[in-house]
Amino acid sequence: MRFFKYLVSTDHKVIGLLYAGTSLCFLLIGFALVLVMRWQLAYPGEPVPLVGGLFGVANAPGGIVLPEFYNQLGAMHGTIMVFLGVVPLAVGAFGNYLVPLQVGAHDMAFPRLNLGSYWFYLAGGLVMLASFFVTGGAANNGWTSYAPLSDLAPGHGQTLWLVGMGLIIVSSLLGAINVITTIVQLRAPGLTWFRLPFFVWAQFITSFLLLLAFPALQAAAILQGMDRLVGTSFFLPSGLAVSGQALNVAGGGSALLWQHLFWFLAHPEVYVLILPALGIVAEVIANNTRKPLWGYRSMVYSVFVLGFLSFIVWAHHMFLTGMGTTISAFFQATTMIISIPSVIILSALMLSLYGGSIRFTTPMLFALGFLPMFGIGGLTGLPLGLATTDVPLHDTTYVVGHFHYLVAPGTLFALFAGIYYWFPLATGRMMNDLLGRVHFVGSLVCMNLIFMPMFVQGLAGVNRRLWDGGEQYAHAQSVLSLNVTMSMAAFGLAFFQLFFMVNLFMSLRGGRVVGANPWQATTLEWSTESSVRAYRDPYVYSLPGAAADFVPQDQPAEPS
Amino acid sequence: MTAIPYTTDVRPDTGVTNPKLGMWLFLASEVMLFGSLLSAYVLLRSGALTWPDQSAVLSVPLATVNTVILIASSVTMLRAWTALTAGNMRQYRVRMGVTLVLGAVFLAIKTFEYSDKFAHGLGPATDNFLGLYFVLTGVHVLHLAGGMLVNAFLLGPGARMWRSDPRRFTQRVEVAAIYWHFVDAVWLVLFVVLYLL
Repeated sequence: MRFFKYLVSTDHKVIGLLYAGTSLCFLLIGFALVLVMRWQLAYPGEPVPLVGGLFGVANAPGGIVLPEFYNQLGAMHGTIMVFLGVVPLAVGAFGNYLVPLQVGAHDMAFPRLNLGSYWFYLAGGLVMLASFFVTGGAANNGWTSYAPLSDLAPGHGQTLWLVGMGLIIVSSLLGAINVITTIVQLRAPGLTWFRLPFFVWAQFITSFLLLLAFPALQAAAILQGMDRLVGTSFFLPSGLAVSGQALNVAGGGSALLWQHLFWFLAHPEVYVLILPALGIVAEVIANNTRKPLWGYRSMVYSVFVLGFLSFIVWAHHMFLTGMGTTISAFFQATTMIISIPSVIILSALMLSLYGGSIRFTTPMLFALGFLPMFGIGGLTGLPLGLATTDVPLHDTTYVVGHFHYLVAPGTLFALFAGIYYWFPLATGRMMNDLLGRVHFVGSLVCMNLIFMPMFVQGLAGVNRRLWDGGEQYAHAQSVLSLNVTMSMAAFGLAFFQLFFMVNLFMSLRGGRVVGANPWQATTLEWSTESSVRAYRDPYVYSLPGAAADFVPQDQPAEPS
Repeated sequence: MTAIPYTTDVRPDTGVTNPKLGMWLFLASEVMLFGSLLSAYVLLRSGALTWPDQSAVLSVPLATVNTVILIASSVTMLRAWTALTAGNMRQYRVRMGVTLVLGAVFLAIKTFEYSDKFAHGLGPATDNFLGLYFVLTGVHVLHLAGGMLVNAFLLGPGARMWRSDPRRFTQRVEVAAIYWHFVDAVWLVLFVVLYLL
């Protein structure tokens, strides 16, 4: 009964925690899918141990993963991780819980809309999970669902993918409207725009990306749904033949149209994955270096520029489609330009460390781990953003390594930092420090062992989405043994996540009880007042002459 | 629990209420949705070898009537709101009622257009022009129907708020009117693009 009460609460904290719990479950599911894939890549054609019998005869007879099932795992791993795991955790959970608190509001601007957003998200997630159990299984056309393959895919998996996506898009639309309105309208007295914590800025821009980029995929999903269900041919070119048979449709469609619509969403989506993470890391770094952020204003301006530019770089995912060198040159130029604000933010975060008396707490370790990992992810993206060097690297495991460095040891580390950092705010208890440190070190080592070899394989020309990990290809033979290394590291990563899970549940009941502001932080979410007023910038640490080394934003100025 | 500020009061430094800002943000997202669909139209039409004579396939007279009806409904919607600002609830009910009826007439004509197409064996799968026609007008009709649901609520059970909080009710009608005008504006674009160009 109590659980049901939580499911219909309009309180932003409860909804934030619902989002957190649900998205962590989805992260676990997405991770479990990839563990099966990693087994198959390391030992192709050998039965999956322990769980192999659970997948059914249609997917894995005798526990051996069939190619079609492998494709389902790949498509759904990407979909679940991005749309049901990371974004809901970064925006739905952290945004819901913290944005109202950090701007000094009592709740979001539209509490009922907020609950609706969660329900749409949950419904979308359940549709995605249910699609595994229909005839033909879940969508198996990659997380990008490129047409015409996805248009013509048999079974209902792809249709359910479109339905689930539609629900998730409605959810993020409602959430984005709420976050923006809350930040614009409900800032506490005295909290001017440049007194907002960087985390709030990051959520603000992220919400605009969600608001304006997602409708493109909504439109694409409608069009593909029509193609699949009604027989239109928006994405089916004329003269298409399938299995030797000419396709009986009107034709005249464009496969490129899908790619344009998809990437118009999906490139801003990349920044939806990254910006909240940068926001969390900025908060943790300011608090643990006991210094104001270096270059706060340039960071804010940069995040604006990032948000704007992210709308005009999408076709750098499409250099190999033959869309023409002029268009390629344009998108290559914008892609190089967008790296500038990214580098400014990352440099500002690194320079913030200089001269600080750093507290090496568990959240700070994750934030420090984030910086170089994010750097590797960003720098390895440069060759992919240049049309010429993208030619040999496109669709190789190099690409997979690149974006996983950004999202796994990048964004996920930031999200872990956020969980360890704000856990006492939500529960009044600390998470265990030793378990947290083991979790950090183990994850850092394993993540690098998984993703670094992908660069090596990719440079050797091994394609992504290969069911057997490249076993049948001559050029892959020299780097084939890395598959075993990567898979072992993935299983190791799973082992180290146990430390996090145990820590999370143990600390809920038995964590060290702490006071209202255990990290001695300055921002408004730690304030215990019922109505707050801001008097100063967000990160006033180590102010010469002040009584403590931190001056909270809502502490009235002493009369001088 | 404290009430959420600026639900009915304008925040001085931003100049809007929460619902109005929320509606504008929602419409920004809607612009991107229809913009994406229209860009699909542009890309498919510019890449097509042949494209039917649109005004020969579709009925321009019917669409012209529908355009006039929808513009009229925008006017009555606006006048319904001004009736409320003048404190005249009876007049509001009449004008909102007319808005609803006009919306229903639009839907009826659209239904006739659709069924006429189907009767002649023309469907979304016939060619990409008709496919886009059905998708674009279909998505628009769904928006129109959604707006009519909201308007019906504001005419029926939702109107009780007039007695308890007339200011907030007037603003609700204003925000609903913004949406209604947007649906109207989308139709104007669709009329030009699908029927006339």
